[in-house]
Amino acid sequence: MSASYDLYQEQILDHYKHPRNKGALPGATLNARDSNPLCGDEVSLHVDVDGSKRVSEVRFEGRGCAISQASASILTTMLKGLPLVEVRALNQDALLKKLGIPLSVVRLKCALLPLHVLRLALGETKAVPT
Amino acid sequence: MAKPAKVLLNVPAIKADFPILQRKVRDRRLVYLDSAATSQKPKQVIDATSDFYSRYNANVHRAIYELGEEATREYEGAREKIAAFIGAKSPNEIVFTKSTTESLNVVAYGYGLKGKLQAGDEIVGTVMEHHSNHVPWHFVKDHKGAVLKYVDVSDEGTLRMEQYDELLTKRTKIVTVTLCSNVLGTINPVKEIARRAHEVGAVCVVDAAQAAPHMSIDVQDLDADFLAFSGHKMLGPTGIGVLYGKPEALEATEPLLGGGEMIREVHLGRASWNDIPYRFEGGTPNIAGAIGLGVAVDYLTKLGMEAVRAHEMEVTQYALERIGRINGVKTYGPKDVQKKAGVLAFTIENAHPHDVASILDVEGICIRSGHHCAQPLMERFDLPATARASFYVYNDLEDVDALVAGIKRVQEVFA
Repeated sequence: MSASYDLYQEQILDHYKHPRNKGALPGATLNARDSNPLCGDEVSLHVDVDGSKRVSEVRFEGRGCAISQASASILTTMLKGLPLVEVRALNQDALLKKLGIPLSVVRLKCALLPLHVLRLALGETKAVPT
Repeated sequence: MAKPAKVLLNVPAIKADFPILQRKVRDRRLVYLDSAATSQKPKQVIDATSDFYSRYNANVHRAIYELGEEATREYEGAREKIAAFIGAKSPNEIVFTKSTTESLNVVAYGYGLKGKLQAGDEIVGTVMEHHSNHVPWHFVKDHKGAVLKYVDVSDEGTLRMEQYDELLTKRTKIVTVTLCSNVLGTINPVKEIARRAHEVGAVCVVDAAQAAPHMSIDVQDLDADFLAFSGHKMLGPTGIGVLYGKPEALEATEPLLGGGEMIREVHLGRASWNDIPYRFEGGTPNIAGAIGLGVAVDYLTKLGMEAVRAHEMEVTQYALERIGRINGVKTYGPKDVQKKAGVLAFTIENAHPHDVASILDVEGICIRSGHHCAQPLMERFDLPATARASFYVYNDLEDVDALVAGIKRVQEVFA
């Protein structure tokens, strides 16, 4: 595969085709959903937090482009077992580093949608009306 | 790869007129298949706008000096060319706006909201409209109490014409429809729809944004009361649009923009309006844009709109055949090019349209992906998004071959 296909690296396609932690999580502690109105990408996050304030379980649901869905899958793998305080500290650079792909301004929105939904679930931001 | 072409346009000569088509994208030939979003511009149009600023820039209808007279002559000359291009009876039936969107808003506001419509009056649209022919009518509903009704589309992507039987009543005051869908490419029987509208005493408002660039339009034959289109989709500059209106329809329309140019007399607290079409052109207009659009119309007229349409039918037919043969690719809209313009929406199994567009971009191919500003239509087909290729005078069968190769590349990536 040529260098110009950087966007669709093995890892991204793997997470898109075989998403980790995908599905519902009834009764989850934290839940949020949002979409990217431009693209129609959708991501829901369900996060269970245990007594020691650690992420005990996390699932995502959604549909959309490979970048948004792979990013959601990768984000869930980063969250599992993480103390809530570290979840709150998780920033865009950490996620983008994990994704490891060059993103244009438009595709950046796809990649960051799951992180935005996480912030919604944490109650740190409000959903943009769509 | 391409089968012997019997194209009616000399595409290599046309391509040579478009400076942008000489450039490369990532060392690849630029394959521009997004003319339904905006067309590229020939050097004749680019030169005409630059010539205005270089040689005779002045405001129109005001300046007494020579430059002003030249600017006014060219601006009004463009109006005459556009009138002739769509078969209007007089240049006074041509209003310059900034876009199709503005043109439709002028009608919704000036004829609907601020005009004659009463609460309970009905506006009949269709589900295949672009957002710009939906949202202005929402304003009329929200602020005037008008009732909105919609004609559905069939699974094939044509209007369900029989629904007009029920939807058109004595309460119908406005019937609005696109002449050509920007997603499905469907060419609608607007002449018939206008006739039905007139039978119940309604006016017919036509969105011709996708039609004016691609086929011959005769407003007399269509008998449209209002017809809107944009310059930038038909080889002209951005920021210039057209609203055609029958004189009696324009006379019944209140102006949207108040200001200079659109008035006859202004006193403190009151004013009287200028004649049509100037009543609707408040503020200094896009003079260079209008002049550029006039030259774009010259360019298209020289090619011949019949030849333009025949060429696009040929390219579209070839695209439908080649793309239709690829497993896992679905196309939307009519398959008969007699009923379809050069707009081809498609989806590829297991690949989101945005990923399709990203991968084609790497190959130097520009297509659109998304909802195409037609969310009600996308909902009708239960689609979050599609990819869309659209063709114009500078596209040939080789461009379709490039698209087909690109689609196969997408399928490899997502296999």
